[in-house]
Amino acid sequence: MTVAVVRFPGSLDHDSARRAVERLGGRAEYAWHADGELPAETTAVLLPGGFSYGDHLRCGAIASRAPVMAAVRRHAEAGGRVVGICNGFQVLCEAGLLPGALRRNATLSFVCRQMDLEVADAETPWTGGLPSGAGLSIPIKNNEGAWYGDPAAARVVLRYGPDNPLGSTGRVAGIASPAGNVMGLMPHPEEACDPLLGSTDGGLVLSGLLERAA
Amino acid sequence: MTQVVVTVMPKEGVLDPQGQAVQGALAQLGFAGVDGVRIGKRIELEIAGEDPEGQARAMCEQLLANALIEDFRVEVAA
Repeated sequence: MTVAVVRFPGSLDHDSARRAVERLGGRAEYAWHADGELPAETTAVLLPGGFSYGDHLRCGAIASRAPVMAAVRRHAEAGGRVVGICNGFQVLCEAGLLPGALRRNATLSFVCRQMDLEVADAETPWTGGLPSGAGLSIPIKNNEGAWYGDPAAARVVLRYGPDNPLGSTGRVAGIASPAGNVMGLMPHPEEACDPLLGSTDGGLVLSGLLERAA
Repeated sequence: MTQVVVTVMPKEGVLDPQGQAVQGALAQLGFAGVDGVRIGKRIELEIAGEDPEGQARAMCEQLLANALIEDFRVEVAA
């Protein structure tokens, strides 16, 4: 299983994403924003966190129109698995591959902390088979992480606890496409795969990249 | 070359934390009676060719504004 980790100018978390995929037993290959195709052996795609194109205009807006995104879209439309983390989630929303938009945090501040999350939809490949209501501990680190949209029209996979520190509509932390193969989340599962960092719950999310899509 | 000014604003009803923060700061400075502050952006385009307004609208729809959370206005400079 080879995960294409897409790098845009300004991506930051591609190295930790790559390490996390390898720790889970997968292979990772970088793809570049200007590429028209994903690496030939790609079985899944990861859009990492960071500040693609300097976050200019709107977070993820310019990256979502980059040449490589046409290939990511074809992969997703063919049923392939795609996960977007933080800036990658913003890119997926701007690309229209996931509903809603990410707005400035209600706190007007960059929020960097370990978060308790709960599974809202146990039927996607992104929560390791945990039942609805199960808890996960994964850190967040963002400035524009407040998801805005209609939670009733989205497939909500992960929610924040009642404190909902970013001001997300419906406490949304992560959502999937209707078929479940495309997932976006603000928390950073790649930073929760090593016991040294206090939680390995992120591995449950990223393991969705390493199964053969149905 | 035609100058076209695009104004992008957060939609009515969408929380604008930037505007709220500025409203709070204005109150602290003693500006009483500021009932609302909303912050958007102004984009100045220099456009060649036919129908600069139509081109600018297409640009707004495809990139410059996110219709889910933002409204835009296009004005062609006299």
